Amino acid sequence: MNFVAILIGGLLINNYVFSRFLGLCPFVGLSRKLETATGMSMAVVFVMTVASAVSWLMQRLILDPLGLGYLQTITFILVIASLVQLVEMVVQKLSPTLYQALGIYLPLITTNCAVLGVAILNIQSNFTFAESVFNGFASALGWSLAILLFAGIRERLELADVPEAMKGFPTALVGTGLMSLAFFGFQGLFKDLFIR
Amino acid sequence: MNRLWNDLTAGIVKENPVFRLVLGLCPTLAVTTALMNGFWMGMASTFVLTMSNIIVSLLRKVIPEKIRIPAYIVVIATFVTIVQMAMHAFLPDMYNILGIFVPLIVVNCIILARAESFAGKNPVLNAAADGIGMGLGYTIAVMLIGGIRELIGTANLVFFGKALFGAGLPFPPAVIMILPPGAFFTLGVLLAILNAMHQRSKSASSTVQ
Repeated sequence: MNFVAILIGGLLINNYVFSRFLGLCPFVGLSRKLETATGMSMAVVFVMTVASAVSWLMQRLILDPLGLGYLQTITFILVIASLVQLVEMVVQKLSPTLYQALGIYLPLITTNCAVLGVAILNIQSNFTFAESVFNGFASALGWSLAILLFAGIRERLELADVPEAMKGFPTALVGTGLMSLAFFGFQGLFKDLFIR
Repeated sequence: MNRLWNDLTAGIVKENPVFRLVLGLCPTLAVTTALMNGFWMGMASTFVLTMSNIIVSLLRKVIPEKIRIPAYIVVIATFVTIVQMAMHAFLPDMYNILGIFVPLIVVNCIILARAESFAGKNPVLNAAADGIGMGLGYTIAVMLIGGIRELIGTANLVFFGKALFGAGLPFPPAVIMILPPGAFFTLGVLLAILNAMHQRSKSASSTVQ
């Protein structure tokens, strides 16, 4: 039951882009084409799931027993940065095709606040290990859903006749606002399953 | 001296991190539900930006080229932790409102971008001036967005615990402005207005020539 709530929360209710405002830089930057959006989504799903697992283990097995909670921010960002490096190297060795697809997106993920955000939120929500990993996966799926939907819209907007001053970022932001408004409709869904 | 002044003022208007460079979108949109939230977020970021610029600039000859990014991240994360603890102790209410976005200052692209593109290559005083300037530019931007959203969304403005318009302005508050969609609309429209102004001044100066 809890997992269903986490999944729906991550996908629709607390969507990372539309209601939590996490991972916006790559969202706006890489949503011009459906192709780049797909590549980035795959990389994000992968890294966020692994980062959730590793950061949870770091917090519960190292920081908590030693009373080093105040080092959380430093530890998590270093873990994520080195994790991204590691993932990049492993993927390059094991699957050159996947590396071709994800290659340029992986380094960009370090500064994607969605990854650090999910790591901290997992700890704040007192999730168990399985819940954390699943939450990372579900939130990343939500982020991917957002960027894929938006890339589709943006490809069409390219051809639209937009006023000169609205071209680029302004259109992207107002468009995201409209989508966020649509996603806002999910807020009432599953009142008692609502995860904070 | 002149150069220092230029470094200081560049971030405020000409290279404003939010309006010109469009960096650090997440905290800009997430915490700007009110003027004061914007103010404290701006102050916290200014402190981190200035201090990390100073330290990075001091260490620029010591840090090996290859590991500079992780080194910068550790410096930034240290100051973010300081801000986090100070806010938790002295401004607990604001700490709760800003929530996860205080630790997330670490991944604010503005700070890493300044460390990488400016502080790592310039002397300490210039780096400090750049940090303060960029920080102020950021603070002004988030306060502007926060102010607009609060004004339209609640028909009032609260500044240091005081309501500026007493019982509120005589129009029904548009609650949507303080909800997530309002953040996107506000920044989008602001950017469009700035673009339009920029284009007008550019075409005006080109006709003069």
